[in-house]
Amino acid sequence: MATSTLGARLTAPLEPARTWWWRRQRKVSPYLFIAPFFLLFLVFGLYPIIYSFILSFTKGFGFENRTFVGLGNYIHLMSDPRFLMALRNTTIYALGSVVLIGGLSLLIALAINSRSVKWKTFYRTAFFFPVLTSEVVITVIAARILDEQFGLLNAALGWFGVGPFAWLTDPKLVMFAIVLIGLWTWTGINALYWMAGLNGIDEDFYEAAAIDGASSWQAFRHITMPLLRPIALFVVLQAIIGSYNLFALPFLLTNGGPSDASLTVTLYIYNQGFQFFNVGYASAIAYVMTFFLLIVSLVNIKVFRGRSAPGE
Amino acid sequence: MAVIHKAISKASARTQADTAPMAGTKRRWPVVSFVIVNVLLLIGVLVEVLPYLYMAFSAFKSNSEIFGVPLTLWPRTWTFTNMVQLFDGFPVARWMLNTAIVAVVGTFLAVMLASLAGFAFAKHDFRFKTPLLFLMLATILLPSQVLLVPQFQIMRTLDWFNTYQGLIIPRAVTAFGIILMRQYTLSIPNELLDAARVDGATEFGIWWRVVVPLVRPGLAVLGILTFLGLWNDYFWPLIITTNPKMFVMNLGISSLIGPYDFRYGMLLSGALLASLPVILVFIFFQKQFVAGLTRGALK
Repeated sequence: MATSTLGARLTAPLEPARTWWWRRQRKVSPYLFIAPFFLLFLVFGLYPIIYSFILSFTKGFGFENRTFVGLGNYIHLMSDPRFLMALRNTTIYALGSVVLIGGLSLLIALAINSRSVKWKTFYRTAFFFPVLTSEVVITVIAARILDEQFGLLNAALGWFGVGPFAWLTDPKLVMFAIVLIGLWTWTGINALYWMAGLNGIDEDFYEAAAIDGASSWQAFRHITMPLLRPIALFVVLQAIIGSYNLFALPFLLTNGGPSDASLTVTLYIYNQGFQFFNVGYASAIAYVMTFFLLIVSLVNIKVFRGRSAPGE
Repeated sequence: MAVIHKAISKASARTQADTAPMAGTKRRWPVVSFVIVNVLLLIGVLVEVLPYLYMAFSAFKSNSEIFGVPLTLWPRTWTFTNMVQLFDGFPVARWMLNTAIVAVVGTFLAVMLASLAGFAFAKHDFRFKTPLLFLMLATILLPSQVLLVPQFQIMRTLDWFNTYQGLIIPRAVTAFGIILMRQYTLSIPNELLDAARVDGATEFGIWWRVVVPLVRPGLAVLGILTFLGLWNDYFWPLIITTNPKMFVMNLGISSLIGPYDFRYGMLLSGALLASLPVILVFIFFQKQFVAGLTRGALK
């Protein structure tokens, strides 16, 4: 390709006779290329953002005959026990995700990456297997595992003389059970993210540290941890945003119950918007959640970018 | 289990040989840590994978075996009744077809449109390019819930409920895809594009004949991620389909949870069918899969 065009450049006239269309299309084509995205974005992105902002200040059943209520929905939200319950549950799940999934997946990544482990590909594959399946499939399996009478988990605990527990019907246990399922689903993929970060660290840093007589803990503390900061930011942000999107699992497994103990924010938006057609209120919840996530994201970026790492 | 033990002892023998020249007390430690780390990891793998194996095998057990004692992993007697019941009672073939149409057509559209836009953003100058790029980046931060209620209304206005276009079009292009493809396209040398222009190629021709072949690895990564997302999605199909004939696999199975809990083997058969295609895709594209999934973390 390169040689033939070089030849063409030397022999052919510098600007061969171009049709009007050819010259025109060079100017127009970039716009045509981005048009599909921006057309779809206008219809399914920008318009919904603005429209749901307007909706969040109105009240009524469905989309017609809406009355303006100002900040009414937002004020109501602050004292709505169901919303507060959903926020609480979702925050439990998010904290559980960040601490348990983040920590455990880092340990697994370090273990797989260590010199003691030979079959790295096997472990990598096996651990992130659950990510391939959908929440619905996971629900079907989890229902069987967490069942009070016939569940595998209670059977396994029974061998140690513990339980049985009413995982899905005890309000105190249900969020814990859902955190467990989350742990099972998401630990593997997060281990993969950490491993990608670990593999990106230059071996020279460790060699230099070894020459300086650093212990492996010191090497981890002063080389690995600071250099993993961008990955940590990504893992934490993903866990938080994913947590606030939690929907199918509590919806199908417990339908938010018992007595709202597993109601999540997204599930509440769904209830209000698509079951009660309380679209104004649903929009207000969605907006509060967006604002909340934005703040959490900014705080995270601040924390993890706080001190710059060597080599950054 | 015996196989695993044998493998461990064999591999640890190798480690021992590797470290044998090392002096004194250090010699024993690699073996001990090797055993501990691997045993812990194998327990982890067992916990992660066992539920899926349980699902796969239980799809072929009778209900009395599933709910009976003792618990079994391998079926005592294989039965296809669950599958037969599933296909007899529900339009499962149609659900599979719907899912395949949505996932394949959606992935194709997403990949092509993202590559086109990515080409424009990487290699062309046009008015408002930078603000448009920033606008796109901003949409990545937005949680999808904010959009749901109005999107529902748009679907109603367009009368797209229970249609393929309703399932596919709203999710055909994502900002993430465009930014990913822009990143891949940036690495193509401009000389190559100019050479094609001198030869009289149109911009569309350049995209199709120069850019697309060169960014193929990027297309694979985006394609796999999109396919995985579309195949496994639940929320959007839940909102816009009401006719069981237009259900995707996930929605179909979820509609059985609850009222059909007593036919648990049938539910597990459905779960197995819903996850098999993605697992097959995974086996074919294992390398690109890992690349695709870690891509987001590294950027």
